[in-house]
Amino acid sequence: MSATLTPTERDSRRAATELEQHVVRRERAKRRRDARGAWTLLSPSVIILGVMVGYPAVLMVIQSFTDYTVRNKVQGTLPDFVGFQNYIDLFTKSDFPAVLTRSLLLMAVLTALILCFGVLVAVLMTRLSKMWRILVSVGLLLAWAMPPLTATVVWGWIFDTQYGVVNWVLNAITGTSDWTNHPWLLEPLSFFFVLTIIIVWQGVPFVAFTTYAALGQVPGEVLEASSLDGATGWNRFRLVVFPYLRSVLTVVLVLQIIWNLRIFTQVYALQSRGGIAAETNVLGTYLFRQGVGEFGATAAIGVVMVILLLILSWGYVRTTLKEEEL
Amino acid sequence: MSTQVTPGSQLGTVGVEETLGEVGRAKTPRRGSIDARRPSGRRVATRTLLNLAALFVFLLSVFPVYWMVNLSLTPNPKIISRSPSFFPLDLTFGHYATAWNREAAPGQTDFQHALISSMTVTAGVLVVTLLFAFLASVAVARFHFKGRRGFIVSVLIVQMIPGEAMMFTIYGMIDDWRLMNTLLGLGIVYTAAVIPFTIWTLRGFVAGVPADLEEAAMIDGCTKSQAFWKVTFPLLAPGLVATGIFAFIQSWNEFTMALLLMKGYNLTLPTWLNAFQSSTAAGAVDWGAVMAGSTMIAVPVMVFFLIVQGRMTGGLVSGAVKG
Repeated sequence: MSATLTPTERDSRRAATELEQHVVRRERAKRRRDARGAWTLLSPSVIILGVMVGYPAVLMVIQSFTDYTVRNKVQGTLPDFVGFQNYIDLFTKSDFPAVLTRSLLLMAVLTALILCFGVLVAVLMTRLSKMWRILVSVGLLLAWAMPPLTATVVWGWIFDTQYGVVNWVLNAITGTSDWTNHPWLLEPLSFFFVLTIIIVWQGVPFVAFTTYAALGQVPGEVLEASSLDGATGWNRFRLVVFPYLRSVLTVVLVLQIIWNLRIFTQVYALQSRGGIAAETNVLGTYLFRQGVGEFGATAAIGVVMVILLLILSWGYVRTTLKEEEL
Repeated sequence: MSTQVTPGSQLGTVGVEETLGEVGRAKTPRRGSIDARRPSGRRVATRTLLNLAALFVFLLSVFPVYWMVNLSLTPNPKIISRSPSFFPLDLTFGHYATAWNREAAPGQTDFQHALISSMTVTAGVLVVTLLFAFLASVAVARFHFKGRRGFIVSVLIVQMIPGEAMMFTIYGMIDDWRLMNTLLGLGIVYTAAVIPFTIWTLRGFVAGVPADLEEAAMIDGCTKSQAFWKVTFPLLAPGLVATGIFAFIQSWNEFTMALLLMKGYNLTLPTWLNAFQSSTAAGAVDWGAVMAGSTMIAVPVMVFFLIVQGRMTGGLVSGAVKG
């Protein structure tokens, strides 16, 4: 083909190729410039995350394989490498397996209750008149806005052994004085009952508001069509509304699992109001109560916690990336 | 390290006012066509039942908040009493004065100093976080570059890693840097804890402003940076405010790391409350004052929650809600 080209044609073709190359080169230069600009903008965040999250994460993993203690730190001596000894001790010689089981069980109960009540309240809100809906929203918002520590202090007083309003109400209802001086926080099971109330109380508003927003996305025509076809109540919710909620609820579920596994403040504060710490510790408080000292051993606990949470939050990361089309 | 509220990104509208419209619209035709034909006796019964349920939810949500304020205004003899007083009839503001002035323990901070500490840390965290996160979010939302996806994935993952898990390693680092028991040390820890979700949220806001607007401005003769500062930035103001308030609430409420890193006169408000609620400096714990202190800590958060309520939840599930 090229043999048949006239010189002018050949020239114009060469010019076109050159132009193309020029454009490609400029495009590449622009992209390089863009990349440099982008990383300049990212650098402060990258540095602080690298120093305060990346570095300690690596350090913690390394420490978890050593017998690093506060003595090494003070004397400036190097710790010995002990392989998996810290992990073996953690799972065979300490309370950690019990604490882990307890945390996971508590997490499951809390997550189930928060999701159930949250969805129920959200559905309730769609069926209320405007005034009632605002009333419920304000209530939920106030519960949600209470700082966790403050909330625990107040609930702790509501369930107080001597002067708590709960004991008073139970006495009044049963007409006896059986509940006078009933210690709610002494028994681990009863302690977790109170803890569950506090966390569910604070957790429901988030789920309720989110679900309520998602319910607003269900097209009215679809609901009407299903009504006309004879779907009512539970069936309509299950077959028509629920599919619209699924993606929202998945994210909410993952977040609840993670948050409920990370609880610290409420447990710690409630323990200081009368719980027996050894029998009511969850992962966070267990780690905290190890104290500063055995850095190697506490690092192993931290590594297990991080791995656990990473596994659990993987679903959230994947869903978010998919939804945001990144 | 982040506490319970860790919202992620962008303009979800879940507020009281904002959502009313949507749902109202969605429901009106149905109510008109189907429900109206139902026997009215049953409808009234259902409505009453629903309203009762609503009242129940409202009372349950509000009671502890009410109880806190109620106790903070009730004189101590009526608090330490076998029969609770449901209304602060003998109104007293003395608890607020006590909480404001009294040290939790000898050598420990009082409310005023804790307030200053908390405000200093929070303000510092707020400014630094917003600045850093803003730059990063612009890079992520407006530039295409190698490693972008990797950066976003790491931000999402870091957001989920509990700083508490690394508490002793961080303790060691802060100690090595001679920043133990300083507001600077605590501020650095908080900034790192808050920044991932701030980047994520702001990214949503920046992405929400169409790049076409900037391009239009550039065609009209603006440079790229002019276009950004004059067109996009003003549209981001609400996003910056909402994100800033998230950061504020996070560092205002943070308890674990403050408990570990701060002592004596440098306690922040939550750690002050923790010390104060078990303090027997005046013979016994002054519960009225504890409630007054709790109220003073909770009020700023509540005010800010009311301001941002519309953007509170949307972010986390933004992609999902868009549906």
